[in-house]
Amino acid sequence: MVASILPLTLTDATVRKGGKTIIGPMSETIGPSGFTIFMGPNGSGKTTLLRLMHGLEHPRGGSVTWQLPAAQARMKQAFVFQTPVMMRRTVVENIAYPLRVRGEAKNWAHAEAARWADIIGLGNALEQNAEVLSGGEKQKLAVARALIVQPEVLFLDEPTANLDGKATREIEGILLAAQADGVRILMATHHLGQARRLASDIIFLYQGQVHERAAAEEFFNTPRTPESKSFLSGDIVE
Amino acid sequence: MRDLWQGMIEAFWLIASFNADLYEIVLRSLQVTVTAVIIASAIALPLGAGLAVNRFRYRRATISLLNALMGLPPVVVGLFVYILLSRSGPFGVLGLLFTPTAMIIAQIIIITPLIASIAHQAIRDLWASYHDLLISMNTTKWQRMRTLIWDARRSLITASLAGFGRAIGEVGAIMIVGGNIDHLTRVLTTAIALETGKGDFSLALGLGFILIALAIAVNMAIHAISRTERASTW
Repeated sequence: MVASILPLTLTDATVRKGGKTIIGPMSETIGPSGFTIFMGPNGSGKTTLLRLMHGLEHPRGGSVTWQLPAAQARMKQAFVFQTPVMMRRTVVENIAYPLRVRGEAKNWAHAEAARWADIIGLGNALEQNAEVLSGGEKQKLAVARALIVQPEVLFLDEPTANLDGKATREIEGILLAAQADGVRILMATHHLGQARRLASDIIFLYQGQVHERAAAEEFFNTPRTPESKSFLSGDIVE
Repeated sequence: MRDLWQGMIEAFWLIASFNADLYEIVLRSLQVTVTAVIIASAIALPLGAGLAVNRFRYRRATISLLNALMGLPPVVVGLFVYILLSRSGPFGVLGLLFTPTAMIIAQIIIITPLIASIAHQAIRDLWASYHDLLISMNTTKWQRMRTLIWDARRSLITASLAGFGRAIGEVGAIMIVGGNIDHLTRVLTTAIALETGKGDFSLALGLGFILIALAIAVNMAIHAISRTERASTW
């Protein structure tokens, strides 16, 4: 039995930048299963919260703790950024990179990367420069690069924000398959339709605080706060 | 103008007649400069990457110092190395003064800051875009530096070639520490200085044209081998 890094516990966690509180103080627990979607207006702190949980931001106050020590927990997480970062390498080298830095043999890492490239539809572009892929292909590559290490928790920051419908559908399919394989997914998105399609539960952020947290169906059918009601009805929430 | 034509003709004949002295000087120039560039690059590229990736107290001051050292006067470097390697100096016992090794040492000191500064600029820009990704993947500092050096390799080749350009054309320092001894430490630049001093301008110009052609040929060869302009945006 492999030890789980979850639950993730935030205790009065606070992030401040330039004298302004971006997040918190926030106390929340992220349980071991599900597809949690973080929603909220621009500037509500979705990206910062994901980065805080992943360790890319350090709390100014409070704490962020995993079930296992931070170093071990980091090895079981992956992050997909809104703008995919393509390394100056080929497609297969990009996907294989996380395995290589974990000390895996090159041949095995590249074989595994080729398998993932097939899954995301880039099997015939293995030796292509990753920087010249289309936006959708880059984001699929970024998702494959995150999933190749078999993370227990996958963070995604608006991964389909700039993509067309086809690419969005393909990425959603990959994420649902990953969830079915037991990956705990924490994702920020602006798209209500996407949240309805994917989420098992919703965390609605407003002004750096968790304003509402509910099962997806409950959140969409009976939002409890005026801000979440306005957000769902398409009004501007500032 | 007449000297220029004479110089070109002289250069042509020196090459066409397989002049043994010329080829010896050219080979020595390449040997000294290429060795210096390889050693300087081995020092400067990790240094540039380290300065880009690591945060420490006097980082900005170190970068400023490195940039300032790009303008090191070669004659002063030559004098400094001369004092260190002279018989009464701390390394006099090694007997390196007036040898190609002394010339290599002087060139390394001159070009290391240049290569490191250019490398730092290139790697710093790449680090800005890789930062979150590499941190997220839990990479060690050494892995980050290796990754950045590898992925910025085409920019870093340019950095090393800038060092090559400066070293192959250097005369002041290697004249002092090498002594321009025939069949031992004479290289193209010191030979040009010697012939100019003797008033043989056409031979000096001929050697000058060969020096320029050599620098261009090495640059083009390195770019061709590394396929700098073929791999799309890389």
